Amino acid sequence: MSEHLVEVRGLTVEFPVADSYVRAVDGLDFTLEAGKALGIVGESGSGKSTVAFGLLGLHRGTGARLTGSVRVADVDVVGADDGELRRVRGELAAMVFQDPLSALDPYHPVGDQIAEVYRVHRKVTRRAARARAVEVLDRVGIPDAARRARSRPHEFSGGMRQRVLIAMALACEPRLLIADEPTTALDVTVQAQILDLLHDLRAETGAGLLLVTHDLGVVAGSVDHVLVMKDGRAVERGTVAEVLGTPREPYTRALLAAVPRVDAPVHPVDKRGPVAAVAAGTGGAAATSDGGDAAEAPAAPVSGGASAAVGPVGADGDVLLEADGLRREFGRRGATVTAVDGVSLTVREGETLGVVGESGSGKTTLGRMLVRLLDPTGGQLRYRGQDIGALGEKALRPLRHELQMVFQDPVSSLNPRRSIGESIADPLRAAGERDERRIRARVGELLERVGLDPDWYHRYPHEFSGGQRQRVGIARALAPEPKLIVCDEPVSALDVTTQAQVVELLGELQRDLGLSLVFIAHDLAVVRQVSDRVAVMRAGQVVEHGRVDEVYDSPQHSYTKGLLAAVPVLDPTESAARRAARAGAR
Amino acid sequence: MTGYLIRRIIGMVTVLFALTVIIYAVFYIAPGDPAQLACGLKCSPVQVRQLRGQLGINEPVYLQYAHFLKGVFAGRDFSSGAGVLHCDAPCLGISYRTNEQVTSMILNRLPVTASLALGAMVIWLLLGVGSGLLSVLRRGRFTERVLTSLTLAGTAIPVFIIGLLLLLLFCAYLQWLPFPSYVALSEDPQQWFWGLLLPWVSLALIESAKYARLTRSSMLETLAEDHIRTFRAYGVSERRLVTRHALRGALSPVIALSALDLGTMFGSAVLTESLFGLPGLGKLMVYSVNVLDLPVVVGLVMVTGFCVVVANAIADVLYAVADRRVVLT
Repeated sequence: MSEHLVEVRGLTVEFPVADSYVRAVDGLDFTLEAGKALGIVGESGSGKSTVAFGLLGLHRGTGARLTGSVRVADVDVVGADDGELRRVRGELAAMVFQDPLSALDPYHPVGDQIAEVYRVHRKVTRRAARARAVEVLDRVGIPDAARRARSRPHEFSGGMRQRVLIAMALACEPRLLIADEPTTALDVTVQAQILDLLHDLRAETGAGLLLVTHDLGVVAGSVDHVLVMKDGRAVERGTVAEVLGTPREPYTRALLAAVPRVDAPVHPVDKRGPVAAVAAGTGGAAATSDGGDAAEAPAAPVSGGASAAVGPVGADGDVLLEADGLRREFGRRGATVTAVDGVSLTVREGETLGVVGESGSGKTTLGRMLVRLLDPTGGQLRYRGQDIGALGEKALRPLRHELQMVFQDPVSSLNPRRSIGESIADPLRAAGERDERRIRARVGELLERVGLDPDWYHRYPHEFSGGQRQRVGIARALAPEPKLIVCDEPVSALDVTTQAQVVELLGELQRDLGLSLVFIAHDLAVVRQVSDRVAVMRAGQVVEHGRVDEVYDSPQHSYTKGLLAAVPVLDPTESAARRAARAGAR
Repeated sequence: MTGYLIRRIIGMVTVLFALTVIIYAVFYIAPGDPAQLACGLKCSPVQVRQLRGQLGINEPVYLQYAHFLKGVFAGRDFSSGAGVLHCDAPCLGISYRTNEQVTSMILNRLPVTASLALGAMVIWLLLGVGSGLLSVLRRGRFTERVLTSLTLAGTAIPVFIIGLLLLLLFCAYLQWLPFPSYVALSEDPQQWFWGLLLPWVSLALIESAKYARLTRSSMLETLAEDHIRTFRAYGVSERRLVTRHALRGALSPVIALSALDLGTMFGSAVLTESLFGLPGLGKLMVYSVNVLDLPVVVGLVMVTGFCVVVANAIADVLYAVADRRVVLT
C-alpha cells in the first residue's frame, strides 16, 4: 500500500472533436495524502473537472483518450476492469456533484436514491439501506430526515439538495470525497453552511477531499494545498497560504486580482477611479459622453451636460426612475405569493444602483418590473416623473427603447438559430428602422463598442464564449439607445477574469453614454465594485439601502451583517477564524 | 384534485357541445338530400316530401338541433308513418335509414371497437416500449440496427398491407388461426381472443414502431442528463441505469401519446375494421356519412369525441403520477 490516497502521474486526457483530438488535461501530476484536502482551481476550460472525472474513470465510454496513471486508494483506475472500477465509484471515492437540481433523479424519492447507491456496494436489505439513507440525511442536517427521505428532489431548496448530494457521498464511508463546484449554484450564506459541513465531515470521518472550483474564495478556508490549472496544465501549486498569499506565477496573480473583494475595492472599476477622483475635488463634476476621447482621457471631464452627470454617489443626478411601494404577486386567489412587497427606491441619471439579495428575495421580479417586462400589481413606478406603472402597452411603446435589460444567462437569452447580428438588429427593426445598410452599420458599430469584431454579424451564439455572448447581450440592450439598463446577474455565469472584463465594459459604457444602471446580483463583492448605491433585498422587501461604502462598511440590518459575514475571504487564517465564529454562533 | 376534475368535466361538456353544433352546421351546408337518398331513385317527389316531413328535416336547422338537445336530456318521440316511436334519454335520435335508435346502434358496436383498440394498445405498448428499451440496452450493436430498420419499416407500411399479409399467411396458408370475427367477450372469451388476435397484431405492429422510436429517443435523451452521470459515478451498473432511471423518464411522453392514439382509435380504426370484417364504430361512421345519416354521424362524433377527451384526462392524471413535479391545475 502506497502512502498516497490519490496519485496521478503524467495524466493526459484528450477528447475527440470532429476528426482530431482536443487535449483537456496535459501531463498532470499530483498526489493527495489520506485525510488531507487539495483544491484544484481554474477557469472554465482549464481541465479541472476532467481531472475529477478521471479519478472515477468516468471518461470511459465517452471516446476520450487517457494516458498516464491514476491511482485512487491503491486501485489503478486506468487499468481496472469494470467491476473493480465500480467498487472505486462510491465505495472508495465518492463524488459530490454540482448543480443539485439536475444531479438527482427527479422521479425517485431522495432516500431511495441514496439507498440504491448503498445497495450497489453493500449486501444489505432494502430496509437497512433506507435506514442508512435516513442516517446520512440526518447527519448532513436535513431536518426531519425520516420523513424528508421520501420527498423528491424538486421539493427541496438548492442548499438542501446539495446536502442530499453530500449525504449520498457519505453513504458508503468513502476514503476520498471529490467535490466538483459544490457551492457554485448557491447563495453566500448557504455556501458557507455547505463548506462548513464538508469541513466538519472531513474532520469527523478522516476522508480526503479533492475540491474542484473556479472560486478562490471557496478554497481558502477549505483545503490544505492548492493546484492552479490553466489549459490542462498545473500552473502553480503549494499550500493554500503560499498560493493565495504569495503567488509566484503571473497567472495566479491575475486570477487573484480579478476576484472582486467585498472588504474594499482593491481595483475599482474604471468609471469610479477618475470620476471619483474628480468628484472628490469638485464635489460632483460631470463627465461627458463625446465618444472615444472620454474613454482614453477620462481624467479631463467637461462640465455641464446634466444628462451625463456621474456623481460620486449619484446623489446629484436627476431622478430618472422612481419606484414607490412597488408590489408584485404571483398566482391566483387563495394561493398567491408576494415576490416584491412594497419596494421604494430611486435611480438617478448616470448612477449605478446595486440590488443584492439571495435567491427568492424578489430581485429579478423587481428588475423586470422596473423595465415593465412584468406589470406591477401595486405601487407606483415613475419614469421622469411620469407614472408608467399602469401605462398600457400602446402608451408605453415610445418609452420602451429607453428601458433595456441584460439577462443573466447569455446562452439562453440569445436565440441559437439566429445570427448575433440579427439579434442585435431586432430592437432597431422594432423601432421602425427599415434601411438594411444603416442597420448593418449600426450593428457593426455596437459590436465594436462592446469589444467584438464588427464583421461578426453572421456568426451564431454557439461560436462564442460566455463572456463574448454577454457582450452580445449588452450590445443588444444598447441598440435602441436606452437611458436605463437593468442588468440581471450579468456576470454570475462567468469566470472571474471574464467577469472583471464585463464589469469594466459596463462601467466604461456608463461613463461614455451617461447610462443609468441597475445591477442585480447575489454576489456582494461584484455589487460593491460597480455600484454607487446599493439596496439589500430580503423576502420581497428592501431591508437596507444607502451609499455603497456605508452599507458595506457599517451595515445596520442584521440580515446585511449576516450576508457580509458569509462571503468567503481569500485569507486562509481569516477564513478559519470566521468559520470558528460561525460554529460558535450555531 | 376535485377542482381539477370539475374544470375538466366542464371543459369536456363544452367540447362535446361545440362538436354537435359544428356537425349540424356542416350537414346543413353540405349538398345532398337525406330523404332522397333514403327513399331511393324510384321515389316520387311526393313520397320524398312525405319522408322529409317524417324525418323532421323540413324544419329550420336550429329547430332540428333543439329537438336533438331535448332528446339527449329528456328523450323524444318520433312519428314513423304508422305509430309513434318513443326514444328514452339520452336519445341521440333515430337513423334516417333503418329507424333504429342511434344510442343502441352505437352501444352495439362500441364493444367491438373498444376490444380492438384496448387490446391493440396493450400489445403496442409491450412491443414498442420493449423494443425501444432493448435497442437502448444494445445500443451501438447489431440488435439495435435490426430494431431500427424494423421500426422504420413498421412506420412506412400501411395497416391494410400488413393486415392482408398476416391474414394470408396465418389464416389462408398456414391455417393456424381462424379468420377474424367478433364474438363478445362475455359470450366466449377464448373465441373473442383468437378472433381479434390478428387485428390487434396488425394494428399494434404499425403503432409500436412509433412507440419504439419515441421510447428510444427519450431514453437516450434522459441518459445524457446529469443525474444519470451521478449514478454512474456511484458504481450503478449500466443496465440498471437504463431500466430504472432512463426508462422512467421516457414514460411521460409515452403516456401522452398513448392517450391521443387510444382516443382517435375509437373513430378511425376503419381500415382495420373493414379489412377484418369487424362491425365496429369506424365502419358505421363511413357508411353513415356516405348516406347522409345525420343522427348516426352526430352520435358517433359525440362518442368518439367523448373517448378522446376522457383518454386525455386520464393521461393527464397518469402524467402527474409518473412525474411528481407536474401539478394538475
